[in-house]
Amino acid sequence: MARYKGSRINPKKFERGQIKIILMVLPLALFMLFPIIFIFCHAFKPMDELFAYPPRFFVSRPSLDNFENLFRTARTSGIPLSRYVFNTVLVTVLVVLGSVVLSTMAGFALSKLRFKGKFAIMELNNAALMFVPIAVMIPRYLTINTLGITNTYLAHILPLISMPVCLFLIKQFIDQVPDALIEAAYIDGASDFRVYRKIILPLIRPAIATGALLAFQQVWGDLQSSTYYISNDGLRTLAFYMSTLTSATSSNTIAGQGMAAAASLIMFIPNLILFIILQRNVMNTMAHSGIK
Amino acid sequence: MKKRSKIARKEYGNKQAYVFLGPYLILFIIFIVVPIAIAIGLSFTNFNTLEKPNFVGFMNYITLLTKDEIFMQYVLPNTVTYALIVGPGGYALSFLLAWALAQLSPAPRTILALILYSPSITAGVAMTSLWKILFSGDQTGYINAWLINAGILTEPIRWLTDVRFLLPIIILIGLWSSMGVGFLAILAGILNSDESLYEAAAIDGVKNRFQEMIYITIPTMKPQMLFAAVMTIVGAFQNGAIGVQLAGANPTPGYAGQLIVNHIEDYGFIRYEMGYAAAVSVVLLGIVYLFSTVSKRLFQSE
Repeated sequence: MARYKGSRINPKKFERGQIKIILMVLPLALFMLFPIIFIFCHAFKPMDELFAYPPRFFVSRPSLDNFENLFRTARTSGIPLSRYVFNTVLVTVLVVLGSVVLSTMAGFALSKLRFKGKFAIMELNNAALMFVPIAVMIPRYLTINTLGITNTYLAHILPLISMPVCLFLIKQFIDQVPDALIEAAYIDGASDFRVYRKIILPLIRPAIATGALLAFQQVWGDLQSSTYYISNDGLRTLAFYMSTLTSATSSNTIAGQGMAAAASLIMFIPNLILFIILQRNVMNTMAHSGIK
Repeated sequence: MKKRSKIARKEYGNKQAYVFLGPYLILFIIFIVVPIAIAIGLSFTNFNTLEKPNFVGFMNYITLLTKDEIFMQYVLPNTVTYALIVGPGGYALSFLLAWALAQLSPAPRTILALILYSPSITAGVAMTSLWKILFSGDQTGYINAWLINAGILTEPIRWLTDVRFLLPIIILIGLWSSMGVGFLAILAGILNSDESLYEAAAIDGVKNRFQEMIYITIPTMKPQMLFAAVMTIVGAFQNGAIGVQLAGANPTPGYAGQLIVNHIEDYGFIRYEMGYAAAVSVVLLGIVYLFSTVSKRLFQSE
């Protein structure tokens, strides 16, 4: 009697036994993939295919009409598309940089330095993992108002920089850096800052990449700040512009649907590409994501 | 005590630590801790954004529990249904899929993981426009056209304005996008689990994959399971605003897809009853906290 050998976690090679797992996962994967393929197809459909009856899922004669319409509409509205793109890029870069720098610094302190209140702060941050920003949008608005930063770039940037998840993952990752290494550096006379820059940062690249990805995902599609904290159109972001496009034209305007699909695709692609590039780092970081 | 290393001695009471921690902590307090505190404070007041808030004690909560029929009749049941299906459901799905994927070789695993993860990054804009098109209410809507073609329907259904279908659709989309960070954490956790444990278990008489999952996989990665649970729950509530976008109106038709998040928006930004909206926010934070505490009980490794 063949004894059960234990399932092979993380096999290196393909084996026949894996086929049945793929067959089980595949239907769900298709369900997940289906709307995404749909967005791709829809974005490239010319007008007559968009409204063909019966509707067809796949695009048969791809065209760039929707994208052209999108840019034309943007040109005729008061603010050029480039302005929204500029705002988004500026805000995104600053939020990603800001949250990575601040989280790695705080993560270093929480993981390797000893000081009063350390555990309380870590507990507080862990509790904040449960924070649902959408639940406190009103108090956040009041806070931003009191600070007097409504209608500035700061209103986009500052609320998003401190990300509990980011700090949590980075701190867990720094925990893996051996103390001996850091001790040796201190004995050689390195300052805290030098240790942070020369030892911690190079060793935690995967966690930095993951933090950057999560920060990017958060800020890139963010509508809240443009909607609630900004009333000057020239300071709003691409995500906001895209969403006005879909809501204003969604019901009946014929061109709206194609443009909305094109806009969705433009917003989705950077996320996807970034994840593909960074996925190895992400998985590496997630391995240390346990809450004890 | 010689063992207490240099690193520890050097840094006890380290002022530098606060320099490293400071910038994060300041923003964390201003934009996370303070808003929560304000929400709790405002929830005991009447506040219309124009006049100063005036203290009303537990009035808002009492109103919420006894007089807000919409909340009791629609919002709460909807939210509980949604949360119970998308929270634990999405989580169970994440776990099962991660577990299945961990047994594949790297190439197919990466591709499938990417496919499963991608819906959770199609934030905001993409989601709404896309699902709106698929569930469009006339006969040219994709779902309608297919069902009519297949002979299941004779007439198109107005999916997004029909009170019977809005909530199920919101739940479906919630599940669709639930393979987020939590899913990745579980997958990474399983992939990094100690292989010798599995071999030992096989020798000790574990007979199949299911037993293996119960006796080894889950206990060895409880910490990741907990992180994933919290992230899945938060993710589920984060997506809660989708109903209003789908139906194109707040409140949603017949309050069919009204979740707590929408109720807050309705009172806060449409009716300007900020005090009341704050009370509802506190309830929402409480619900998320409750769910997370339950998962902590389940997964805390003690």
